[in-house]
This record gives sequence, C-alpha cells and structure tokens, in this order.
Amino acid sequence: MDSIYLDHAATAPVNPEVIHAMVPVLENTFGNPSSVHHFGRQARRLLDRARETMAASIHANEKEIVFTSGGTEADNLALIGTALANQHKGKHIITTEIEHHAILHAANYLEKRGFNVTYLPVSETGAISVESLEQALTEETILVSVMMVNNETGVIQPVKQIAELLKEHQSYFHTDAVQAYGTLPIDVKDLGVDLLTVSSHKINGPKGVGFLYSKESVMMEARQHGGEQERKRRPGTENVASIVGFQRAVELMMENRETMVQTYETYKQTFLQILTDEQVKFSVNGERDNAVSTIINLSFPGANVESLLTNFDLSGVAASSGSACTAGSVEPSHVLAAMYGSEDARCVNSIRFSFGMANTNENVIEAARRVAIIVKRLTTL
Amino acid sequence: MKDKKDTRVVVGMSGGVDSSVTALLLKEQGYDVVGIFMKNWDDTDENGVCTATEDFDDVVRVCNQLDIPYYAVNFEKQYWDKVFTYFLDEYKAGRTPNPDVMCNKEIKFKAFLDHALSLGADYLATGHYAQVRKVGDRYKMLRGVDDNKDQTYFLNQLSQSVLSRVMFPLGELPKKEVRRIAAENNLATAHKKDSTGICFIGERNFKEFLSEYLPAQPGKMATLDGVEKGKHEGLMYYTIGQRQGLGIGGPGDPWFVVGKNLKDNILYVEQGFEHDALYSDGLIATDLNWIDGQPLTEPLECTAKFRYRQNDSKVTVYPIENNKVHVVFDENERAITPGQAVVFYHNEVCLGGGTIDEIIKDEKPLDYVG
Repeated sequence: MDSIYLDHAATAPVNPEVIHAMVPVLENTFGNPSSVHHFGRQARRLLDRARETMAASIHANEKEIVFTSGGTEADNLALIGTALANQHKGKHIITTEIEHHAILHAANYLEKRGFNVTYLPVSETGAISVESLEQALTEETILVSVMMVNNETGVIQPVKQIAELLKEHQSYFHTDAVQAYGTLPIDVKDLGVDLLTVSSHKINGPKGVGFLYSKESVMMEARQHGGEQERKRRPGTENVASIVGFQRAVELMMENRETMVQTYETYKQTFLQILTDEQVKFSVNGERDNAVSTIINLSFPGANVESLLTNFDLSGVAASSGSACTAGSVEPSHVLAAMYGSEDARCVNSIRFSFGMANTNENVIEAARRVAIIVKRLTTL
Repeated sequence: MKDKKDTRVVVGMSGGVDSSVTALLLKEQGYDVVGIFMKNWDDTDENGVCTATEDFDDVVRVCNQLDIPYYAVNFEKQYWDKVFTYFLDEYKAGRTPNPDVMCNKEIKFKAFLDHALSLGADYLATGHYAQVRKVGDRYKMLRGVDDNKDQTYFLNQLSQSVLSRVMFPLGELPKKEVRRIAAENNLATAHKKDSTGICFIGERNFKEFLSEYLPAQPGKMATLDGVEKGKHEGLMYYTIGQRQGLGIGGPGDPWFVVGKNLKDNILYVEQGFEHDALYSDGLIATDLNWIDGQPLTEPLECTAKFRYRQNDSKVTVYPIENNKVHVVFDENERAITPGQAVVFYHNEVCLGGGTIDEIIKDEKPLDYVG
C-alpha cells in the first residue's frame, strides 16, 4: 500500500530543484567562506547571494540575517541571546502557552536563571488576545515572543497588532515564523517585529539550516563562542551547500506561494468534505477561518491518539499529533491543553494533518477515505 | 486459517533480548509483525533521563534490523490505577503483593491486548517463557521448556479468550538458545542484561522507593511470646521468612521474620531457619482463575507453587464458596506469604491460580502471619 504523507508541518520533502542547486556546491565549492583566497571567496560569494535572497524574502537587509542550524537554534538565540544582553533593562519576558518547545524550554531555562516569564493563555479559538498581552506588560519587560502561526492548529496569531502595541515600549518583539514563512507574506517592517525565526526544511529545503532575522538595533549575545562568522552572532563555519539549497527553496516559495496556498486550501477542503460525506464524527480544533491552508487539526470523539496514529500508519497515512514524544509514546498536546484545559478529551483524541508538496488531489482523497474507515472502526468498537 | 503473511501479530517489545527474539522468530516465520513498546511508568529523573527512553531506543534498533514497524503506547494511567494502587494497598495491609501477576492480568493481556486488536492484530505475542496449546476447542497453558525461566507463575490469571489470542514463541526454547539466536542475528539487544526486580522500581533501593509512597511507621520487634528484640523500620519493609536486615545480633541461630501484627505495629521474629512458627499445613486463596474456565467443584489433587522459581509441592485443593479455595499441603511448607500467588499445575499444564489470603495450621488461621 502506498504511504501518503500528511505531515508537512513536521518536515517536508526536499524539492528536486533544491537538490540540483546543492550538488554543484558540494562538488565544487568546498572553500571556507572566511578564507582569504580564491576558494574561500567562491564560497563567500554563494553565501552572500543566499543572504540577499533571505533578506529580500522578508524585506530586511542582509546584515540582519543570521544563519543558524534551524528553527530551534534561531529561537534559542532570539530568546536567550537578547535576554542575556538586555537584563540590565529588566528581567521580564512574555510568551504564550502555545509556543513550540524551542521557545518554551528556552524560556524555562531563563526562568531558572532568574528571569520572570509570563505565559499568555489562549481561548478555544487557538489565538492569544492582544488585551492579555497588554495586561501582562510591565516596565521590566524586555522581550515578547509570540509565534506567527501555531504549528499544531495552524491558527494565525495577532502578531501585527502586538507589534503595534509594543511600538512605544522598550521590549523587543520576536516571532517564530517557522510555520508562517511559506504560507503568509512577510514584511518585517510592515509587521513591526525585531526578531523572526525561519526554518528551511518546512519549505522543502534541506534540514539543518534556518535563519534568525535580527533587526540591526537589537542587542544580542551569541550562544556559541568561536570565530567571527555571522557578525559574531553565530560562529562556526557556514553550511554553504545547505544554505544554497535553502536559498533555492526560498526562491521557489516566493514564486509559487500564492498558487500553492490555493492548492493546499482545496486539499484541505476536499479532505474535510470526504470525512463529512463518510459521516465521520469530528470537530476542527481552533478557528478554521483564522488558520493557514496547510494545517488542520481534527478531534475524533471516542478515539485516542495512539490508536489513531498507529492505525493510520499501518494503513499508509502519515499524520501526527503535533506534539512531543517521550519514549515513542505521545504526550497530550500542550497546545490543545492550553486551548481546552488538560482534562478535555480533545487533548488525547486529536490529529494534525498537514498538506504540502507530497500531496496530489488523488492521494488526499485516498488518505481521507482511509482515515474515515479507521475512525469509524475505532469509534464504533 | 489465514496465510501467515496476512496474519498480523503485535509483539510487545520491552527493549530486552526476549521480546527482540520473539519478534525475530515470528518475522522469520512469515507473519506480518508489528512491534509495540509499552510505557507504564514514568521514571524520569531530575536530569530528564528515563530508562524507558533507552529501552525504546533498543526497540527501535531491533525493529529496524528486522524491518518491522514500531510504535509505542502509554498505559501509565491504567498501570497506576490497576497495578500500582493494588501494590500500595497490599503493602498497607501488611502483605507482599505480586505486581507482575497483576500487570499481566490488567495491562499486558487486557489493555495492551485490546490495543493490539484495535490495530487489526490477529495475535499478541510476548517474550514470556510459557506455551499455549490448543486441544479441541480449548486452550491449555504449559510451562516453558526452560525450567529455570518458566513464567507461567506470573500468567496464572489468563483466560481462555486471552489464550486464544496470544503467542509465546520462546516457550519452546531454553534461554541459552534465545541468547544464541540473538547473537547469531546480531540483534542490538543480544548482550543486554536481563532486567531484574519489579519493573517500576528497577535497580533502585526498594525501601527508599516504597517510603516515597507510604509513610513508614517504625515499631517494636518481638518474639511471639512478647520478648522484645529491637525496632523495625516499618512493617511494609519485611516479608515472611526474611532474614536480612533485622539487626539482631548475639549468639545462636539467625533470626527470621515469622509474622506481623498490623494493629499494634509489631514485627514478629523467631530464631532458626527451621523454626516451627514458619511452617504451615495449608492456605486459603482468593481471586481464583481456572484456565480451562470451569469453576472447581470437587477436591483436586495437583502440585502448586507458592513463590516464583520454587519447586512444585503436592497439594489438594478444596473448593469453598465465593471463588475461594482451601489448599492443603501434603507436607508442611515454610514461609508461605499472604499476597503472593499460589499457582496450580498438573504435570506441565498450568491449571490456574489465586492470591494467598490466609495461612492455615491445624485447621486454624495463623493470625500472627498478618
């Protein structure tokens, strides 16, 4: 049986054009971009071009792009790097209960080192309210971090309104845009953020690379210590081939975003329509009209996550609960727990389906049929 | 009968050598094998390290070697409610529980079996050393061929409907052969040490573990005649027949635990391995399970085990009302312990078992045992 991939929010297949862009770099351009010779300069040229593409994709300038090993490192650098460099202005940080663990665990780390962190709640819509942020702000607040799109529900957060609110405040504003980049147009100036995280492998680029946009005025300490790369904010010899692959992925994304978003929206609708036609009982987690087209999170009353996911995989449908695993078993989603309360059944009977490059109209239809059969079997046992 | 390749067998994999070889044998026989790791206990320490993570990593490595899919399932809540709560309640009552019997009954061959069936499995296989044999339309459970590893003692609560769905491929093999197969196939777990002790306690100190959950009430240690011999640290830390850790010095034979007085919090001790107070001629067992599904109506002559890895003793089992039996020993037995399982056999066939509730001597309950 063909396996159908509905887990693009976890990672996405690498676009063949990305591979084509990377191979010649691996074959020919092995130089260290910091070296003062021909080989180094060749690599440096590739790196600079990639940086320009990244910057242009979010309307930043290239000095503001810090390449990292991916989203997690960029999030850690944004949180811990700015907190450490700005603690003389205050030790209060605000984030949300629904952030990725790269943010939540970095925030825990700061709490253990004397920072105060406020975790904003969310309503059942899956979005935080600007009012709650306004109430949480103090003169001590040095950093606010709110994700642009939640990775489990796809719900879009009011980032622009938050930036508006923070305009006159000392606090920096970071947004984790890992799930947003690729689905929403991003202009950092218009958006008003100081720091923004992007990851390559969510947009069909290679794994192990990402960047942090950090506005020129932002004071930030490096997390690694070593050479002078990335203007000392992220030492270490650059991963040139992956950065070039990432660049190609960004170019393709910028060219095709609008049509792809349309396509994925039709996949999502088709998927939901089939479940409805097959009389599967489900509900959508989070406000559907305020979510990106690539992600849908569904609750199946009467089923449970582990049984659903295992059955899906055994019948060739790859999805996820969008949540952390310990020893391979699925922990209840912290995002759904924040939305509904940790005792709500939806925390343990919900599945995230995410659409992307590996999908066609046909395989989405087939996947929905398989899902319908399994859910009906499990809920009528 | 379905083709083997269309017969789905879920293997309960612990990350140990036994369940690894179980999966290997079934895969070699051509079954559609799915490996599932069960997480029943969260033992994450302050460094975030948990043995379950390491065990699951071993499951992953073995399943990849065998090219079978692997998953995990979490039964922490069910384990807590059905096994751990029972475990603590028994200690509170001064008894010595057997959580492995309960885990097999309530978790592995109930919740986990249900999970396997919900995945479209035809069978659940585990690495237990026991054998299932179908005779006519009934199922019998036989001892594993390796006498030293036979685990039917822990499986005494299985029913006909469970046995119709389980496979124990290791039951026909000696442990040495299992290790050899694992090594020959270079399984990642081939040289992994067997786990010892109760799964949720692991290698930790038992006293320390128990004291985290039950307040210890130190008290008096005395002979049955009331001669004080010292202090005990809490009745739950002692079991009948125990010699170690009493701290009674002096001349003569060593001292042994012979009983507990829960009401007055006294631990009874007597001197000498062969002390008469340690011996009894019968017991009352409750929660009986007869594997053939038929309740006992007539006295039954058979053999019995009162502890794991003990030789069988000849007994006669007399039915009493309410799923209770009176087990009469052919010869007096030493250190029979309330809370442990009594399991009955007819030659190689395990007939079933129950929980030891009272100890009998001269037709009267031995009240001092507890």
